Amino acid sequence: MSETKKIEVMENIHGENERIALETNQRLTEAGIFCVNVMGAPGAGKTSSIIQIIKNLKHVTPFVIEGDIESDLDTQTLTRLGIKTFQINTGGACHLDAPLIRDAVNMLAPNKKGILFIENIGNLVCPAEFVIGEHMKLLISTVTEGSDKPYKYPLAFEKADGVILNKSDLMPYIDFDLDFFTKGFRALNPQAPLFKVSAKTGDGFSQVAQWLEEKAMGLNEAKD
Amino acid sequence: MHEYPITSQIVKIAGEYAQKAQAARVVKINLVVGDYSGFIGDSISMYFDILSEGTICEGAELSIRKVHPMLRCRSCGDLFKKVPFSFECPKCGGEGGPTEIGKEFYIESIEVE
Repeated sequence: MSETKKIEVMENIHGENERIALETNQRLTEAGIFCVNVMGAPGAGKTSSIIQIIKNLKHVTPFVIEGDIESDLDTQTLTRLGIKTFQINTGGACHLDAPLIRDAVNMLAPNKKGILFIENIGNLVCPAEFVIGEHMKLLISTVTEGSDKPYKYPLAFEKADGVILNKSDLMPYIDFDLDFFTKGFRALNPQAPLFKVSAKTGDGFSQVAQWLEEKAMGLNEAKD
Repeated sequence: MHEYPITSQIVKIAGEYAQKAQAARVVKINLVVGDYSGFIGDSISMYFDILSEGTICEGAELSIRKVHPMLRCRSCGDLFKKVPFSFECPKCGGEGGPTEIGKEFYIESIEVE
């Protein structure tokens, strides 16, 4: 019988994904494109929020990569509004990963400075585990999902650089405990801003857009 | 579904290390998987048997060490085990913030022959 030998590996299984994400991030930074990974549950209003943010952008060009398991409905909506958009269909996969985004950025070929919004697959779990080349993770939560979401999906709230609380116009009609939500969110993430918005009415999005524009312009100032 | 691509990555990394060591086959892979890594050990094991077929890892035992998430109290600095729906420090009642403990997802070592 042959002898067994132990070999130390200590290698992160996400290593290759992280390497590709870093390459994409560097490439986008060089091109002056600030990349926002938009995460949220199905029906949270990710596309509607992206549209509202874009409507409120004053100084930068928006680009969008849409991630869906199937269909190009959201891409059709965005394209009709004149926004340069590329659709990814994962065919079942529950999140976007770095190789998919590297290829999508190649296909989209954004040709000027701006903000690239990447709408991740509707899911509060897996997207938070994979970097895809973003400068920032923007999480969209909603009052209709309930105030316990930071406690049930802690990683998404911990990793977020900003959180949008969408459908806030429905707050008077449902039992949403804002204090409980905020307490859980702040325990996980003391720094990230929280914006109360309604993609239906447009309320609150001018502040989100202004904040993102400052970040995007900061990227180019740092680079120039 | 979620564990499928990640398991092929495990087979690939273990295979590369085994080949570098000029081993004939991998007999064991020692994985460390935090409860907050988002990956389920049983699911990885299920895919592993299928994905390792015909590779240097075929037939290897997959040993998975799980790590429970720990929070660090922002008041007293103690590390404590996370329990559902609470961030409260059992020692001083302060608020616990997340740490990297519980998010591990790496191959610690492989055993080859």
